[in-house]
Amino acid sequence: MNSFAAPARSGLLTRLLPAALGIGSIAVLIGLVEALIRLGLINRFIVPMPSEIFLAFPRIVVEENVLSRFTLTISEAFSASILVAAFGIAGGVLLHRFTLLRQATETWVAAIAAAPLVLIYPLYLVIFGRSATTIVMMGFTAGVAPTVLKTLEGLSGTRRVLINVGRSFNLTPSQQFWKILFPAALPTIFVGLRLGLIFALINIVGVEFLINFGGLGQLINELSERYDLAGTYAAICFVVLVSICVFVLMERLERWLRPGD
Amino acid sequence: MAEAGRLTATAGRPRRGLLHPVTALRVGIIVAVLATWQLLSASGLLYRDVVPSLAAIALALYVTLSDPSFYFHLATTGYEIGIALAIGGVSGLAVGIALGASKLMAKAYEAYLYYLGPTPKIIFFPVMIMWFGVGAGSKVAMGAISCFFPIALNVAAGMREIDPVLIRVGASFRANTWQMVTKIYLPAMRYPVINGLRIGLGVALIGTLLAETKLSNRGIGFLVIQAYSLFNMPQMYSLLIVLFVISIGANALIGRLGGLHDIKRS
Repeated sequence: MNSFAAPARSGLLTRLLPAALGIGSIAVLIGLVEALIRLGLINRFIVPMPSEIFLAFPRIVVEENVLSRFTLTISEAFSASILVAAFGIAGGVLLHRFTLLRQATETWVAAIAAAPLVLIYPLYLVIFGRSATTIVMMGFTAGVAPTVLKTLEGLSGTRRVLINVGRSFNLTPSQQFWKILFPAALPTIFVGLRLGLIFALINIVGVEFLINFGGLGQLINELSERYDLAGTYAAICFVVLVSICVFVLMERLERWLRPGD
Repeated sequence: MAEAGRLTATAGRPRRGLLHPVTALRVGIIVAVLATWQLLSASGLLYRDVVPSLAAIALALYVTLSDPSFYFHLATTGYEIGIALAIGGVSGLAVGIALGASKLMAKAYEAYLYYLGPTPKIIFFPVMIMWFGVGAGSKVAMGAISCFFPIALNVAAGMREIDPVLIRVGASFRANTWQMVTKIYLPAMRYPVINGLRIGLGVALIGTLLAETKLSNRGIGFLVIQAYSLFNMPQMYSLLIVLFVISIGANALIGRLGGLHDIKRS
């Protein structure tokens, strides 16, 4: 019994030690900042005490309607993601179907995916006004190119044997697509969608902050313009936590969709 | 699929005296887009100046590029991005090497970098203004925190892919830490480092320019937002064209100089 218990204990220790080190380091850092501010070595009018930031959380949740702002940002992200999914997947399918079009434009799509597209937000402000449409369109613009590329990659990477199985059953092009190509490419398409949605969410929160309109991004801008230091820091932490939760959720969904990997 | 195969075969065979089909299609798409733009501009279907004529954009591009003050703003943005990339690059390299060299460090801290990496960095701008002021410092800081994450994560991943034999060779020569970094680690993980720098440059550019659009009185970001404020649409289009050409060009240049192009081809 004891001979089994010892390796199990050491295995548990090996697993827990890094996590404890990570969390412990953050706790020590927070404690150190708090102490340095209390000692006057860091200006409290530039960096608020972590305890103040912690206490500001319930205040901003109640007074700043964080829940409705969060809902607004998520609904903008949802609208953008529907557009990203519709146009991104359709674009990928189109490029896969027409090889010449793919050869002519794939490098362009890749260049667009790598370009700093968020910088065109002033142009969208002119076209769509200071509205939710600008934010949704910005999210869509940022997310569509990676989804097109990943859809194309997924469809092109379908195993030859699966395509031959479809042919041996004399499937029509439509059946070949819906029964063979699309299901085989679905995991890769989902990777593209995840990337697209992450880009969309980053840009949506960023543009909300920049144009002072909408949900969580606007909250940070408003609090900083009011010079509510603890509130600003708390709102930033809140947005970071929300982003991390969304990324983790998307990652779990992707793993659930491709359990073999 | 048979059709696709035929198309590929046709596309891959250049015909004498004729444009290559791929080139012809590219030219056709560009001409169609420009013609649609010009028609839309002349039709008056959209608000005047939202879609300026091609001639107006070309003229604005000429005016922008021949204006000496544009180069002052370009130099300001270039300086901010350069310093941001140096700070973010060196710190990202150091953190990436530390994470890649130790399994414990990687397990303890890498998850934080991995999840903080894709968060929207521009929301830290109010904090950066308080820490570094409204001048170039806050823009440099925005660029630096933007490029730190991809560089650190790429370097950490690159470190783990180094052939253990090379590390053992370094150890057998009793190389010290500095020698290990400069003689073994960096040459062995050249490609991940350059790829990290390439991605880092892109995000540093975004971070710096967005910060300039939010609060600044110099730099290309400032010029873009000024064009928006004055509703000078041809100038805004010309600035965006210049910006995209520079960013895509710099991205391609780093990839080519670092040999990434050759890796992809091989």
